Amino acid sequence: MLDVVVWFFLLGVLARVVGSDLRLPEALYETLSIYLLLAIGLKGGIELSRQPIALLAPQVLACIALGLAIPFALFPLLRALKFVAADAASLAAHYGSVSVVTFAVASAALARQGIEHESHAALWVAVMEAPGLVAGIWLARRAAARLPGAASSRWGTLAHDVLLGKSVLLLMGGLVIGAIAGETGTAPIKAVFVDPFKGVLALFLLELGLVAGARLSEVRRFGYAVLLLGLGAPPLLALAGIAVGLALGLSTGGVALLATLAASASYIAAPTAMRIAVPEANAALSITAALGITFPFNIVLGIPLYIWLAQRLAA
Amino acid sequence: MTLSKHSKTMLVIVAEAALEKNLVRDVRQRGAQGWTVSEVHGAGREGVREGAWEADRTIELKVICDAGVADAIAEHVLSAYAPNYSVAMYFSMVSVLRPERF
Repeated sequence: MLDVVVWFFLLGVLARVVGSDLRLPEALYETLSIYLLLAIGLKGGIELSRQPIALLAPQVLACIALGLAIPFALFPLLRALKFVAADAASLAAHYGSVSVVTFAVASAALARQGIEHESHAALWVAVMEAPGLVAGIWLARRAAARLPGAASSRWGTLAHDVLLGKSVLLLMGGLVIGAIAGETGTAPIKAVFVDPFKGVLALFLLELGLVAGARLSEVRRFGYAVLLLGLGAPPLLALAGIAVGLALGLSTGGVALLATLAASASYIAAPTAMRIAVPEANAALSITAALGITFPFNIVLGIPLYIWLAQRLAA
Repeated sequence: MTLSKHSKTMLVIVAEAALEKNLVRDVRQRGAQGWTVSEVHGAGREGVREGAWEADRTIELKVICDAGVADAIAEHVLSAYAPNYSVAMYFSMVSVLRPERF
């Protein structure tokens, strides 16, 4: 049985496919995304306040390493699928980075099934956002360096945009505020940031359904390679996430979450960052793969599959 | 009393929102004193841009300045961004009342 929030996503897709005039105002989309990032950060932060930070170092390092490794693993495969170097690097970065909403749907699924998981997992999301982008940009630069007149590196600006961009800033900000304020300190804002979370997530998924629905017609334009990538990469990457999760000794739910993060593709931070860092890459191609194919696959089929795998392997 | 009007060039750049920071920097560097940015949506040769989420946004940047400055900005935008980004530009003559502001 699908989680209730996933139905909202499907409703959005349906609205788009049948050509309904349903649109969510842009300001609402913006507000909802800020809310979700802050709320996820806060929730993780409250849990962080309960445990010694030093114990988390191996997890943080492993998450960064996983985020960096994914683009390097995908890049040769994408080149083999005949994507040009810039597109391959950009796609690899999208998959190396993570989707916060996919993570939120996975957490909701775990909670609904009563599966234990590390409640500070939001920290993993925050640290996994940037490494994949950095690796993807590096791959693109390396490929472009062989061409004459290649763009010079401006790592300073890129680092600023990636590390202080909206998503990392809000997630980290929420984590720190949650960790400092703790359970009692955040109690007064619980009614806004904790209780309505799932309703807001449902509304955001409705909007994402509308956006993803619009990408469906693009899938045909890009052909089978993008379909193969969008559906094939997530399960493979999830296996890598499971392996790392098992090596870290995470709980069953934690393994499933790390698998989900590894399998997810960014469609908020990555497109903006890659547009500036790798201008010659086709932005429509990446967003079609990440949001049009991989995101729906993950929230409908992927997450139940990753949870099932984690239960089999982590037990 | 008649108002004294002065001729200036208005350059309008319609571009992907991801370029906003860079464009504003470039426009200032080339001597423009002010600019106005608004969010827009529409379509061009590269397809429809609805502005439904971050990477799909489009901005319209208006600069009123001397003709030479407008040309320098446009030349730079053509060479730096037009090859890889959706960009549209057009010029028009406008009349302003206080020329020192532009």
